[in-house]
Amino acid sequence: MGNHALSYGAKLSRAQVISAYPITPQTEVVELLSRMCASGELKAKFIKVESEHSAMASLIGASSVGVRTFTATSSQGLAHMHEMLHWATGARTPIVMGNINRAFAPPWSVWTEQNDSLSQRDTGWMQLYAQNNQEVLDSVIQAYKVAESLDLPAMVILAAFVLSHTSETVEMPEQEKVDEFLPPYERKYKIDPDEPHAFGGLTNPDNYFELRYKIQKAMEEALKKWEEVGEEFEMMFGRRYGLVETYKVSDAKSLIVSSGTIASTARNAVDSLRESGVKVGFLRIRVFRPFPAELIRGILSSVDKVIVIDRNIGFGASGIFYQEVKAAMYNEKNTPPIFGVVTGLGGRDVSSKDIIEIYQDVIRMKEPKSDIIWKGLKI
Amino acid sequence: MAKKSDKKIIFKKEKEMPPFAISFYSMEYNKTGIWRNFRPVIDYDKCTFCLICWKFCPEAAIKLKKTKVKGREKLQPVIDYEYCKGCGICWEECLTKAIDIEEESD
Repeated sequence: MGNHALSYGAKLSRAQVISAYPITPQTEVVELLSRMCASGELKAKFIKVESEHSAMASLIGASSVGVRTFTATSSQGLAHMHEMLHWATGARTPIVMGNINRAFAPPWSVWTEQNDSLSQRDTGWMQLYAQNNQEVLDSVIQAYKVAESLDLPAMVILAAFVLSHTSETVEMPEQEKVDEFLPPYERKYKIDPDEPHAFGGLTNPDNYFELRYKIQKAMEEALKKWEEVGEEFEMMFGRRYGLVETYKVSDAKSLIVSSGTIASTARNAVDSLRESGVKVGFLRIRVFRPFPAELIRGILSSVDKVIVIDRNIGFGASGIFYQEVKAAMYNEKNTPPIFGVVTGLGGRDVSSKDIIEIYQDVIRMKEPKSDIIWKGLKI
Repeated sequence: MAKKSDKKIIFKKEKEMPPFAISFYSMEYNKTGIWRNFRPVIDYDKCTFCLICWKFCPEAAIKLKKTKVKGREKLQPVIDYEYCKGCGICWEECLTKAIDIEEESD
């Protein structure tokens, strides 16, 4: 299951301190990790806490000492962590976290939707949306490598149940090869009783601005780093992941853009549409923060129409990936019309048929009449 | 044992600097007295050496000095202006109003 793919990712990365609070649909991630810690299979310290806020706080401390840290959460738990997410970025602690996309309450839901992680968009965490369980495991290992090289925290995100509770075959990289790919974490300025310093103290307007600039610069550098690490990973393990994934785009006249598990469904829809002679392609945004705007501009500026499918909503505006894609394209000369679709909220199924229908509806329109095209709505 | 942090650290290049806020040197160099807008001053003629100011000082900026009053050994409170932030708690708490508070001139 996707949850165990996260656990094994952390184990293979040799996480040294793990702290988490259980929440559906993340529970199995930490259940397995705590079992591994108890049996000695994983030489890590498992810190039991009373809340997600404390889980993140304890990892910030551990990471500041210079050890590799891991946690996982979902939805309300991630929201409860919010204050500490900002702290992790400001303290430049390269914590890696698994987040299972689950819809917010009320009303209570445990099913998938991206609003939880997207609500943390501006916390300075790198965000990566995985499409299958192999990618979940591989991404945890990659995330440590990118995060530790730039002192930025990273979130590996997967869909509730569609991935978290779905069993599929996952190839486990050999430990020795992972060790070679990911050497132990070294932190230059760390908490050390023999060399005491105060961390994160009051910083006046003369210095604060530059520290924020440095976070942005690290994020920009992370775009290159994800690609580099992706290439290195492919050389060692044979699987390639980039910032984005393209499917049948070279001759495409229109493109469907989405993220996470809608990807495989969308590829099926593209295949079906192509059978009827339609030149459509698919673009999956894998890394959402840092946002690969330049790459997306290069791909989208050569098509006639773009359809962004969001399993999330920025209330009062529109789908969040749609906003980001539109913003990235705005200053381009050859900007195609961009249509935003909101669907599958609260875990409602998004089928291949739905995506085909979305395409057929949109292709009849010259330009978007509104920022949201609702799909699968029963009212 | 002398700790490394007892020495002032100087970064020669911007790249050597940590990307987050960290104190570069110990409190020996980081003198918080410069924050002060109001300066408490003890009038030793009124002071009864009760040391309530010393107990209440949140910054431990009141030191104790051995002194002799009418032939008897006493501990006299002395304000350390290098660290006193001028919060005025000692002035508020002093039972004999032996502490006055004045605005810093610059």
